[in-house]
Amino acid sequence: MIGATTPAPTLIDGVPAVVSSRFGVEGGHTIDGYRSTGSYKGYEAIRKALDMGPSAVAATVKDATVLGRGGAGFPAGIKWGFTPAGVWPRYIVVNGDESEPGTYKDRVLMERDPHQIIEGCLIAAYAIGAAQVFLYVRGEMAHAQERIAAALNEAYAAGLVGRNILGTNFSVDIVLHWGAGAYIVGEETALIESLEGNRGMPRLKPPFFPAAKGLYLKPTVVNNIETLSNLPWLFNNSVDAYRAIGTDASPGTRLVAVSGHVNNPGVFEIPQGTTTFRELFESPIYGNGIRTGHQLKMFIPGGGSAPWFFPEHVDLPLEGRVIGGEGSMLGSGAIVVMDETTDAVRAALRLARFFARESCGKCTPCREGTTWQEKILQRILDGHGRPSDIDLLLDVGDNISPGPYPVASDAAKGLDAIPYPPKQTTICPLGPSSVAPITSAIRRFRDEFDAKIVKRNLIPVSVESFEDAPTLAESTDHGADTHV
Amino acid sequence: MEQTPMSEKPLPTVVTEPVNITVDGEEITVQNGELLIEACHRNGTYIPRFCYHPRMNPVGMCRMCLVEIDTGRGPALQPSCMIEVTPGMVVDTKSDLVSKVQDGVIEYLLANHPLDCPVCDKGGECPLQDQAYSHGPGESRWVEEKRHYAKPIPISETVYLDRERCILCDRCTRFAKEVAGDPLIHFIDRGANTQVNTFPDEPFASYFSGNTVQICPVGALTAKPYRFKARPWDLQTVESTCTGCSVGCRIEIDSSRNHVLRYNGVDSDPVNWSWLCDKGRFGFESLEAADRLREPLVRSGETLEPASWAAALATAAEAINAASPGSIGVIGGSRLTNESAYAWAKLAKGVIGTDNVDAQLGDGLPADVVFGLPQATIDEVCKPGGTILYLGPDPKEELPVLYLRLKHAVDEDGARIIELAPAGTGLTRHSAVSLNYRPGELGQLVDSLVSGSNSTGENAALSTAAKLIAAAGDSLTVVIGRANLAENAQSVVAAATAIRDAVPGVKFLVALRRGNVRGALEAGLAPGYLPGRVSLTGGQDDQVAAFKSLWGNVPAKQGLDTKGILWAAAEGKLDVLILLGADPLSDFPDRSLARRGVAGARTVIAIDRFPTASVVQADVVLPAAGHSEEQGTTTNLEGRVTVLNQKVTPPGTARPDWMIAAELAWKLGGDLGVDTESSELWAELVASTETFAGAGVDALADTANADGIVITAEPRPLATVEAPHVSPTSAYSLRLVVNRKLYDAGASISRCDSSSALAPAQALRLSPADASPLGLKDLDRVSVTSPNGSLSARVALDSSVPKGTAVLVHNLAEADPGALVASDDAVCEIRVEVG
Amino acid sequence: MSRLTPENVELAKQIIRRYPRPKSALIPLCHLAQEQDGHLADDAMVHIGELVGVTSAEVLGTASFYEMFKRHEVGKYCVNICTNISCQLMGGEELLEHAEQTLGIRSGSTTNDGLFTLEDVECIAACTEAPALQVNYRYFHRISNDDFDQMIDELRSGRLDDVVPPHGVLAKVRQDLAEEQIANITPPETQVMPRWIADEAAKNDPAASEGGQA
Repeated sequence: MIGATTPAPTLIDGVPAVVSSRFGVEGGHTIDGYRSTGSYKGYEAIRKALDMGPSAVAATVKDATVLGRGGAGFPAGIKWGFTPAGVWPRYIVVNGDESEPGTYKDRVLMERDPHQIIEGCLIAAYAIGAAQVFLYVRGEMAHAQERIAAALNEAYAAGLVGRNILGTNFSVDIVLHWGAGAYIVGEETALIESLEGNRGMPRLKPPFFPAAKGLYLKPTVVNNIETLSNLPWLFNNSVDAYRAIGTDASPGTRLVAVSGHVNNPGVFEIPQGTTTFRELFESPIYGNGIRTGHQLKMFIPGGGSAPWFFPEHVDLPLEGRVIGGEGSMLGSGAIVVMDETTDAVRAALRLARFFARESCGKCTPCREGTTWQEKILQRILDGHGRPSDIDLLLDVGDNISPGPYPVASDAAKGLDAIPYPPKQTTICPLGPSSVAPITSAIRRFRDEFDAKIVKRNLIPVSVESFEDAPTLAESTDHGADTHV
Repeated sequence: MEQTPMSEKPLPTVVTEPVNITVDGEEITVQNGELLIEACHRNGTYIPRFCYHPRMNPVGMCRMCLVEIDTGRGPALQPSCMIEVTPGMVVDTKSDLVSKVQDGVIEYLLANHPLDCPVCDKGGECPLQDQAYSHGPGESRWVEEKRHYAKPIPISETVYLDRERCILCDRCTRFAKEVAGDPLIHFIDRGANTQVNTFPDEPFASYFSGNTVQICPVGALTAKPYRFKARPWDLQTVESTCTGCSVGCRIEIDSSRNHVLRYNGVDSDPVNWSWLCDKGRFGFESLEAADRLREPLVRSGETLEPASWAAALATAAEAINAASPGSIGVIGGSRLTNESAYAWAKLAKGVIGTDNVDAQLGDGLPADVVFGLPQATIDEVCKPGGTILYLGPDPKEELPVLYLRLKHAVDEDGARIIELAPAGTGLTRHSAVSLNYRPGELGQLVDSLVSGSNSTGENAALSTAAKLIAAAGDSLTVVIGRANLAENAQSVVAAATAIRDAVPGVKFLVALRRGNVRGALEAGLAPGYLPGRVSLTGGQDDQVAAFKSLWGNVPAKQGLDTKGILWAAAEGKLDVLILLGADPLSDFPDRSLARRGVAGARTVIAIDRFPTASVVQADVVLPAAGHSEEQGTTTNLEGRVTVLNQKVTPPGTARPDWMIAAELAWKLGGDLGVDTESSELWAELVASTETFAGAGVDALADTANADGIVITAEPRPLATVEAPHVSPTSAYSLRLVVNRKLYDAGASISRCDSSSALAPAQALRLSPADASPLGLKDLDRVSVTSPNGSLSARVALDSSVPKGTAVLVHNLAEADPGALVASDDAVCEIRVEVG
Repeated sequence: MSRLTPENVELAKQIIRRYPRPKSALIPLCHLAQEQDGHLADDAMVHIGELVGVTSAEVLGTASFYEMFKRHEVGKYCVNICTNISCQLMGGEELLEHAEQTLGIRSGSTTNDGLFTLEDVECIAACTEAPALQVNYRYFHRISNDDFDQMIDELRSGRLDDVVPPHGVLAKVRQDLAEEQIANITPPETQVMPRWIADEAAKNDPAASEGGQA
């Protein structure tokens, strides 16, 4: 049971395994395995990079349009270029704090192919002139920490990390750092705070853009594990080969985790931008169909922070801009499938509870608002909801994320999509993200909420609640089935 | 400026780089790059806020100050406390969206905030309460249970914390870390469970803890001395200046029904930036001390008996009349107002005719030095990017708010401190270089620093320091004072003149600690000087003559300083010793001489507020008014004159010192020329000196001078002083350092209920290198012997004490180091033995 | 209740040396203390503060932000059952209820014998293997009620000792980075343009070189 293997990704014809080629390989995580197995020969990319010189390496990454795989999808090459000229030192912080609900990809990379990450770090450090790399691994991932520690020990011993790498003037330290349990630390400024030994509370951007004022207020590039894992393949092949995969705007592949109510949940490497959700759910090489005997009710296209999609959205391709325009986001490649047995209120509560538990407490709206959302939803689910609670929920959300909240279209109700991203009254997107499941669930399944609220009127209520008991008019305002 | 819910004023920003922005449709001109919330506030648009404080770095966490800002890409919600203004910025602080968001924040903050306003100290002056009215939704939809915590919990001897009321604005915790440098309170836990607290059993023992009460935007932090004493609407408030030390922090005195209940810091830009130390903040408690002197006392055999003012003054006058002027000495005066100091100078020098007058107690620096060095203000010392040579007392212990300013200059403004000290201080960790010297050897250290003789660098720290000083050139500022009371003043004076001679253009801040010591010296309470730095013997015949005509008389020759007066008294040559708020038995560094002096004077007349060790030995005791009980002015260490306001009446028949001087003058057949108000004395002093000429009553009343007026005077001639010759260490193996702590057995602080327990235990602090040969460990008892005496003390090993040095604290309840010190010795050599 | 042992102090110093500023080592040192004692004792936090040069309150402030640090004794095995969305869909909440029955305790508490602490936790990145749980941060995937009971039996009997160390032990393999192996970790203010960047700049424009690291 322990370390139970995730099925190795199956690849579509002609699409190379860019990051996942050693997932199913016994011993692929060792330095020997890295050099002798997989879709390319390990530690050859850094040799090539060292021959090219740092500027050419940076240009290659920029030309290839390696998109960030942490959630925002920003091109890594451009992000590197934001470090101000002439300011030293520069740091690289690798974000391995994977915690977004539904997301399971960086852990696989860390456990199965740690040297790929290390080589990616070397290439990035060489390109931007970072002499120190901090590899921040989520605290709860003991096995990933062990694999990376062992790989770093091997790499230092082999002269691949440390002083004068491969006999050149390139010297860099890579330090394994690990967290201790806080979702918010996945946000890059919070990650930096945490790495400084502080509470992982995000910093306001501006003025604290990490590229200019990051770790110790020095220029810092924060890259996701998967992003850096792409670099060895890129340098072993070419910009053209990389750009030949996926779409023009979103070249290359990405790892997605399909979880929930499918027959074959798993982590899959797919070309960016072309695959549709329908393929992911139904193809035998991916999800292999919605749980047999059941129908799709809704799905989350990009992790717990993403607004929900519904059956009419399954033909959308996994392309960032398309999904953003349709009212959600691709985020961290976390696709959660829910069939008709799923209670929308209960699912929304679970996610609301997650955000309440993980709020760092810095911004008032998030600290108080996420907790309040959880309490209201819990009350509704427990049968103590009040008709005014739905509007209250929406308004509590509106005070965290003011204005129309991103949401998918609803053809049946004639409602258009509201494109991503949401506005925010907070420093970071955690608070606003908490609004996503609630808004999605209420807009689509208001009847489920109403049904639970009506039930509450049949049980004794406290004196305090009587003052707020609904009038008949109020009750009838909220859907058809209220006259029980 | 309209009354705003937060008491903090906008920063005094000088617009040097004007840019135009639009706020709520009106164009205003502001300083490029300043924070938007400040720019708006200064121009009349108050944006509500909780976490933002103008004197701390913004954190943008309460989200109350969100406004819509358009910099060309459409309006976006941004916290105005963290956004710097840029040209053309368009700001809407009152849009529907902004109002909605503000309603939301207030509703969120009130969700878990208890509605115990009727029993909350903050009620009536509460920013949450006020902003809930001005910017809130008016009602709450929160029906859940509120968060509960035990309430309130003491987090220090003086401060209580009610976590239920806390809105997690990070003001107190930010203050503790960034401003005070004492991060002993912290956010603990996460999210909605976040609370402010201390580490278990490690209290918020900061000298500055009271500031957190002042800046708390709710009633979460309350101070023991004020809890449940009054409601804000019952308070009457006046501005004044704290005279607890010479920094001269501006304060507000809150009183109710003739009782002082609270001091709050006022944001005086050149001085205290709204901060106070706890000794100053809670010092008012001593005003109502149980043993406060309320009526005159006259000795009758072994006891002091109550007497009428007429009788007591008659007894005093009789003793003075019976003595020759040369056998009368006056010690003290630095606790007095400028006016009272002038009155006593006039009485002593003009009416009585003695020049044996000294406001200092052998623990300061001679008036020649104070008057002879080019002066720097606090702002000049703390200027951004400046280089500061610090060779004074530990500022954290003696001049706490100066310490805050120095710390800020280093942490935020790129200033660098070179500290020269006999042992580690509170400033050490903020210093770019800290060099320790053995007592007596400051001169050599300063020589090697300023002469360039050591730039070869056999000592890395020394050469770094020398380079910093050389690079600073004439922008160098120097803070000087007495870091060691077991070492006479000569070595400091020698160092000061050496620096002055070597660094043209250098300026000095003379760090003498007593409240109005500078004012007392300037008003003439120093041997050899008349008011306005007029030297009796320095060739200023015209000015001396002017005082002779104004006063009727002036002494013919220079008199004795405090040491000389005590020597004379000890030798039976002093007929009358007048103690003007002075307690030589506690404060003079050489305890033996102090004891012999006070005992040897034939008649001792004490003017004081408390029955101190010296006062109880007096023959006539005249009760004086204290702080907040009299009107006048004071002068801080940089020469800044500010107004002291009376708020309550003195207890019993106690009266201001100037009034006592005037009445005594009449008894002696003289006339100080004052009728009913101390301002008459001030007018005379201003009119008769160049020093105070610009600081007349009208000028001080001008709101443009709300921060006071810095007196200026050309430095008097000051000859170069040679460093004292110190013979090599003899059988006495260690050299003693005697310094001060903020909390000690001092007359006022020991009478403050909330602070009296905070004085530390006495300990002989030793380097581990000196302790180990003797096998000493912490708390071991040792006997300490000097050529002058001995004492028993416990040991504390301290690696910040250099080898060859030992440290004791002056004026604690036990193990009085004054027993070891002789005022004539350049250094105090001691021997430490087990047992 | 203890400060770090001499061996752990040595290890702590080695860890501190890996960071440009000592405070960055705070979280790893808290893990070290938790490994030593099974939880993060107050005295250990005081000691860590001394080692990295911050107050105990600052150590507590940081440590208490992160849920892995237990300020009180917990069971030898912390059983963390994921109930977040993917696991919830696949029965995570029901598994938690079953675990409460099996262990006879509510989530958030510890069995009387001190062996097991049960918690419901947020997403542990095993979403495709739901319902999933961790015991002392070792993964157990696709756990049925029977699997759970069997796992508890095996933990009780010690048959899983090789794979599940006592609570507090996180990674059993550490990065070995001795001081002499470190290429270039110093405080940020002492850092200059790295050699390879300077060399390239010099190659392109010999006048533009501005030094570089050793």
